[in-house]
Amino acid sequence: MSRDYTNVINSINSIASKVYNDLESSEIPNLKLPTRTKSNIQFDDKLNVWKYGKNMTERSAKSLDGAYMMLRTMYMVDFIKDMIKANKSSTLREMYYISEGWDLAKFNSQPESDSLAEDLEVITGCMREDFKLRPEEDGARVIGNLTIEEVTRNKTKKKIHCQDDVGDSGYSIPYNVEPEKISFKGADADFILAIETGGMFDRLVENGFDTSNRAILVHLKGQPARSTRRFIKRLNKKKKLPVLVFTDCDPWSYRIFGSVAYGAIKTAHISEYLATPAAQYLGVTPSDIENYKLPTDKLTKEDINALKSELSDPRFQDSFWKHEIKLQLSLGKKSEQQALAKYGLDYVTETYLPEKLAEMGIKK
Amino acid sequence: MAEAIAHELAKKQKEISVAEFFERNKHILGFGNPTRALVTSVKEGVDNALDACEESGILPDIYVEIRNHEDGENKLIIEDNGPGIVKKQIPHIFGRLLYGSRFHAIQQSRGQQGIGISAVVLYGQLTTGKHAKVISKIQEDRPATITELAIDTNKNRSDVINRDIMHWDKPSGTRFEVSIVADYKRGKRFVFEYLQSVSIVNPHAQITFKEPDGSEHLFERTTDMLPRKSVGIKPHPYGVELGTLIKLAKNTKSRKLSSFLKSEFSSMGDRTTKAVCEKAQLDKDFNPKNMSREQFLALHKAFKKVKIMAPTTECLSPIGETLIKRSLKHETQEISPEFIVTASRPASVYSGNPFQIEAGIVYGGSLPRDNSVKLMRFANRVPLLYQQGDCVSTSAISSIDWRRYGLDQSSGKGIPSGPAIFLTHISSTLIPFTSESKEAIADIHEIESEIKLAFRECARKVQRHIHKKIRRAKTREKFELITKILPEIAKKSSNMLDKPTPSLDKVITKIMDVVWIEDIIEYEKTSSKPVQSTLFDESSEKREGGWITKSTVMVVNYKNKPQKFNLYAVIPEDAVIGSVTPQPTKITDNYIKWNLDTIIPADKRDIYFELAGLDKEDFDENDLYVENINPSYVIGADKWEGD
Repeated sequence: MSRDYTNVINSINSIASKVYNDLESSEIPNLKLPTRTKSNIQFDDKLNVWKYGKNMTERSAKSLDGAYMMLRTMYMVDFIKDMIKANKSSTLREMYYISEGWDLAKFNSQPESDSLAEDLEVITGCMREDFKLRPEEDGARVIGNLTIEEVTRNKTKKKIHCQDDVGDSGYSIPYNVEPEKISFKGADADFILAIETGGMFDRLVENGFDTSNRAILVHLKGQPARSTRRFIKRLNKKKKLPVLVFTDCDPWSYRIFGSVAYGAIKTAHISEYLATPAAQYLGVTPSDIENYKLPTDKLTKEDINALKSELSDPRFQDSFWKHEIKLQLSLGKKSEQQALAKYGLDYVTETYLPEKLAEMGIKK
Repeated sequence: MAEAIAHELAKKQKEISVAEFFERNKHILGFGNPTRALVTSVKEGVDNALDACEESGILPDIYVEIRNHEDGENKLIIEDNGPGIVKKQIPHIFGRLLYGSRFHAIQQSRGQQGIGISAVVLYGQLTTGKHAKVISKIQEDRPATITELAIDTNKNRSDVINRDIMHWDKPSGTRFEVSIVADYKRGKRFVFEYLQSVSIVNPHAQITFKEPDGSEHLFERTTDMLPRKSVGIKPHPYGVELGTLIKLAKNTKSRKLSSFLKSEFSSMGDRTTKAVCEKAQLDKDFNPKNMSREQFLALHKAFKKVKIMAPTTECLSPIGETLIKRSLKHETQEISPEFIVTASRPASVYSGNPFQIEAGIVYGGSLPRDNSVKLMRFANRVPLLYQQGDCVSTSAISSIDWRRYGLDQSSGKGIPSGPAIFLTHISSTLIPFTSESKEAIADIHEIESEIKLAFRECARKVQRHIHKKIRRAKTREKFELITKILPEIAKKSSNMLDKPTPSLDKVITKIMDVVWIEDIIEYEKTSSKPVQSTLFDESSEKREGGWITKSTVMVVNYKNKPQKFNLYAVIPEDAVIGSVTPQPTKITDNYIKWNLDTIIPADKRDIYFELAGLDKEDFDENDLYVENINPSYVIGADKWEGD
């Protein structure tokens, strides 16, 4: 289990060296990293995912905010180095609380420290896991005819069947889904269905959709965690199963799909690890609102702005998305997965999903 | 036939009694309703008390009490520590309309027509049927007199109902008691506001206000300096009316027109006298007593055609920027305003009458942000409470675009809204009120433009203050960066790499890239007598010590090249400069100037000066300017624009 962290330590030291050398040569210390915005992501033909482009952002100690960030960076890399030396790891939240003791370098909120950890990944090309940092267990769930072999705490391998060995809440995806932790054994299914809301996941489980339609159901829990996306990616690759994403019908849900299929803007530096380019959007689409006469809500100002922003998002430039987004803007409406219950609890499993799956050529 | 009618009419024509006159005009006189009547009565009493004290050089200590009875009858008591009034004058002053010492004088005073206090007596008599009571004491070792009086409304004379002597602890003073019908419930707020306002523009006065429920408010004195005594002056030719001119000519002792003009008017010298006579085509040797109406008319017209020097302004007694600021500060303590700025214009003239405008702005603190700015108007140290809309100060303020100065104002016109109080004070020998109730100042071009100039100056100060605040915040950030954060970054990175901590001087210079000026002001109480200053007259010598204002200015060169420039510190005119280091190049009433030696990068200079003759916090913000350096290199001082 013990791995070689020399590379990680070297790249961490290189950050400290850069700052030190700047100071020693009387330069205002600065660190450069790719700009992490929508305008600086581009499609990588080789990897088939969206990565950061060439625009760089400079973090300079010239401004007070910049200087604070740099001091925090110094504290964080020092902390990571200590963890590696002591063979410990911590959650992002734990690190945030530890930073409370960093005096001037403490963070104002956890998103700040989370984001700096991401910056370090971007600068060093390492992964968060290399830094011995991990997210909270988010407990995204899986149910389906799939057998997983997991290395448990007491270092023994244990096989788990994601229908027979789990309760109604399913198999809980751990934060580490790399081969050293889990491997996929048997999988007897036709496709993977990634579902946004817990309510819909439970509906499909109760209706036995995994059995009746040979599906592996994965609960995304809103914007999916890295481990959930990595899990889907690995399962897709290993078992060659198509991935379908089933969400609400609103701009935020399209972003969930975007992060599953194309890579998220925030984590574009590791898109090739996390994104599943083969993933397809199943619904609910704005066209479904019309075709299925679904109950709707009016788009809010924020919704409209988010939709407009997606129109200029390089990831959503294909004809399907352009058409659907424009349609939604003209409808001025949005809908939810669970709005399908208008036609009864079985409607989604008996009618909607089979129709959509047939339409997409997954099922006949 | 016609004669018979004339006789008939004559029977009906009789003198209108003052009571009738009052009854018909009470709205003009400020007694229009029971609320106004209360405020007006307090106002007349307090004005009189203040004038009496000041005329005799006594710091006013005024006591105002209102006792109210349920039927709307209020008893008003106003007491001062003035010189008292001699027994035989009491009935004239309190019991006769249009009687006073000031009616004929051309000098700044509160009351002008002499209608004031006797109107209160009359109003009380008409509404309650009760007599007024006046206690007065003029000498410490003699008893006080107590006079009960009424006004004979047919004769415009006072009736002394009763007169006696009594013991009174006060060394001297006057106590006036009158019963009036008034609405205390509604008037209370105005009375309070009025007294507070009086206290602001009369920082030398102490006022105690006792309410009917027994609670007492003290409006404290904030300076021991009496206002400068205004001097009476002769009328200025520009301001004199034809009738007055003729009257003066009839009464003059001069036998010749030229000497009449020179002796009875101000600003008339040989040259102007000659010019006026020529313009009027009058012989300068005419006897003014024998001149015809036409000749006077020609003279009167000639005045306007000749350029005559403005009258002297000694007759004015403005409050002064420092004192306005101090008393505004004192009275707005509860609001804890962000800052107070004041401006004082030089004296000016309208129609031959000297006047002077002072303005002040109180900004921020707990003042409401959404309401219209509160306007406080004063004329000769008397608050104007009513008819705000008709006042020239209101229209002057409304015509300024306040949006540039951080206040809201729809379409850049009208009274702005925002967390501010605007104060206008006009001092003049003749305040041009719109009406007898003396609540609004008439729309006179010269006055309006002076008010605008005064407020523009205030507004510029406001802007400078805001600007400074922003820059200060930036400076503080930079300071935090170079003194705290950067050394930490250096320490942390060198620790991680096991290397020595690098020197930061050059990096700091690069980050700052400015000449940085910071200052602090401290105050020290001195036990000895304060340095004699222009702010205090003899009375200041009674003071037990004073405050020394100590200002330290630190100049650090964070540019990467040596810098050499001049520094100016602006100081209040009424301050006295104590020790100054380093040796200044120049000291004037308004500023201290240093030609600083060359400062090499990362080096600093300390500059220190002391000011005396100011109270604590009178001077609470340094106003620094630089010269001979690109002002954009400098944080903490502006470009010097010349004297």
